[in-house]
Amino acid sequence: MKLWQAFRLALKSILGSKMRSFLTMLGVIIGVAAVIVLVSLVNGFSSDMSSSFESMGTNLIQVSVFGRGGNTVVRPAALMDFGEERRDVLAGVSPSVTVNGVTAKVGNNNLTTTVYGGSESFHHIRNFEVERGGFFNYIQVEARRKVCVLGSYTAATLFPLENPIGQDIRLNGNKYTVVGVLAAKDGGEESSADDMIVAPYTAVTPLSQQGGVSSYVFSAADKDSVDAAMAAIEDFLAGYFADSDSYRVFNQANLLENINELTGTLTLVLVGIAAISLLVGGIGIMNIMLVSVTERTKEIGVRKSLGAKRRDIRLQFLIEAATVSALGGLIGIAVGAGGSVLIGNMMELSAVVSPNAVLIAFSVSVAIGVVFGYFPAAAASKLNPIDALRYE
Amino acid sequence: MLIVFDNVSKIYKIGDGEVRAADGISFSAARGEFIAIIGQSGSGKSTCMNIIGALDTPTSGKYYLDGQDVSALSDDKLAAIRNRTIGFVFQQYNLIAKLNVAENVELPLLYSGMARAERQERVGAALAKVGLSDRGRHMPNQLSGGQQQRVSIARALVVNPSIILADEPTGALDSQTGKEVLSLLRQLNSEGNTIILITHDTEIAAAAQRHIRLQDGRVIADEQRGGTAA
Repeated sequence: MKLWQAFRLALKSILGSKMRSFLTMLGVIIGVAAVIVLVSLVNGFSSDMSSSFESMGTNLIQVSVFGRGGNTVVRPAALMDFGEERRDVLAGVSPSVTVNGVTAKVGNNNLTTTVYGGSESFHHIRNFEVERGGFFNYIQVEARRKVCVLGSYTAATLFPLENPIGQDIRLNGNKYTVVGVLAAKDGGEESSADDMIVAPYTAVTPLSQQGGVSSYVFSAADKDSVDAAMAAIEDFLAGYFADSDSYRVFNQANLLENINELTGTLTLVLVGIAAISLLVGGIGIMNIMLVSVTERTKEIGVRKSLGAKRRDIRLQFLIEAATVSALGGLIGIAVGAGGSVLIGNMMELSAVVSPNAVLIAFSVSVAIGVVFGYFPAAAASKLNPIDALRYE
Repeated sequence: MLIVFDNVSKIYKIGDGEVRAADGISFSAARGEFIAIIGQSGSGKSTCMNIIGALDTPTSGKYYLDGQDVSALSDDKLAAIRNRTIGFVFQQYNLIAKLNVAENVELPLLYSGMARAERQERVGAALAKVGLSDRGRHMPNQLSGGQQQRVSIARALVVNPSIILADEPTGALDSQTGKEVLSLLRQLNSEGNTIILITHDTEIAAAAQRHIRLQDGRVIADEQRGGTAA
């Protein structure tokens, strides 16, 4: 008995009873669609995460200093000098002061945004591109000049019509002069990475109302020297603080790893739940195949009388079960892919339908047909031809 | 000898008791014979047919088919023998409803693993022999009873079997169509095919040259007849 022949017969009998076949497939359709939607959404979520982390710079190392209890406090100048000394692993260093909820005002336009205080190399370290004007320089930082560079969203909101360069804005009532505008990085929307202002860290004290600088950003010389750079920073800080809990050195890659680990676990749990529905689908197929074997007892008897061996009968029913569930798998893939895009759009996630998930879902659905079809198929193949022929 | 039944018995256990469906049946048949096995229900003719058709094996005694002992073969070996040497014609035709006429006739060839071109040639020849060359693409339910029975005869013929085993082949047909089927069987016999006809009806058995009568699982008569045209 040729495989192709058996496959054609299977298709015929599936098309012969469409409603029943559809209901049989439904479990597999739902299971496969659920797996694909979940995998796509989690994929989309983590690739969105990665790209937003990467836009911050993969070489970025962040350092937080909490050491108020100790007798020594690291001065920004000391860390800057350290950065200069270790040019072999570090490309740049800048204090990083973050002040949230600052009101920026120009005439009648105002908005609430985040102000970052940094050194003249802050934009290199954080991967900001200056679109118009320039970034503030070393002298402006040292002289505590109240100048600032606007994110693209902030610039567009505060200065919808005129060129912002050279204009004054008020941050919480303090006057700052705009020297540059950054290129849009994150779509230029509210609350995005473009909704911000950068100023010299020496000039943001009136906004933050605290004197010291408690965090820094470093950029490693390249991707491969990130670990060496982090070790060097830790060594340096260990010289200042007796307690290693007084500071923390971390890297985007570490954070990303943690997030990926989390989403990986999440995927496993969700896919596990979806897999249960595939299992239920498989049991549905087994059930219908058993009914089908009983209904076709006479046909099995006739086939056996014409010389069908056990293997021939088994193969026929196995192929039928595999075809039903593979067809269910294909429909499930279509539903899942469509659903992923739809839900992705609704949740503003870039849902990525992974070819692997599609491949695995399809193979699993064929495998389910074979596994759950085997018992009914074996039962059919063992029927006694005389009894089967006599069956009405 | 094509068929040798040597003291064949078949015993079914039913509860504590047992039923001797065949009780020491012996006969032999040569190639080219047209034999009717005649008996009332319960006479053992169905058991006899099942054993001749390699659907079943005897409890005791020996059955030689074409010199080979088939009394104690496995399921799959019996299936291979049915496939190559036996052509069944059933009372209810037993065509597979989802397959068209040509596909039904082709089925035994598929199980023997024959190449496509030869299969098609053989199917064409078998359908021509029963006069249904133009009905290959019809579905069984589009045909009359007599036509369906002719399809099942074509399906039996297609493997060039040693024996055509017909179980009440006219039982579901009106008498006129029944006669046509019987004369087709006679014609096949005159072309050299060995035919065994299982029936309870003496009138139908009249088509055969030799009558074996069964009663209570034993042979009560084995006689040569002229084999009149039905």
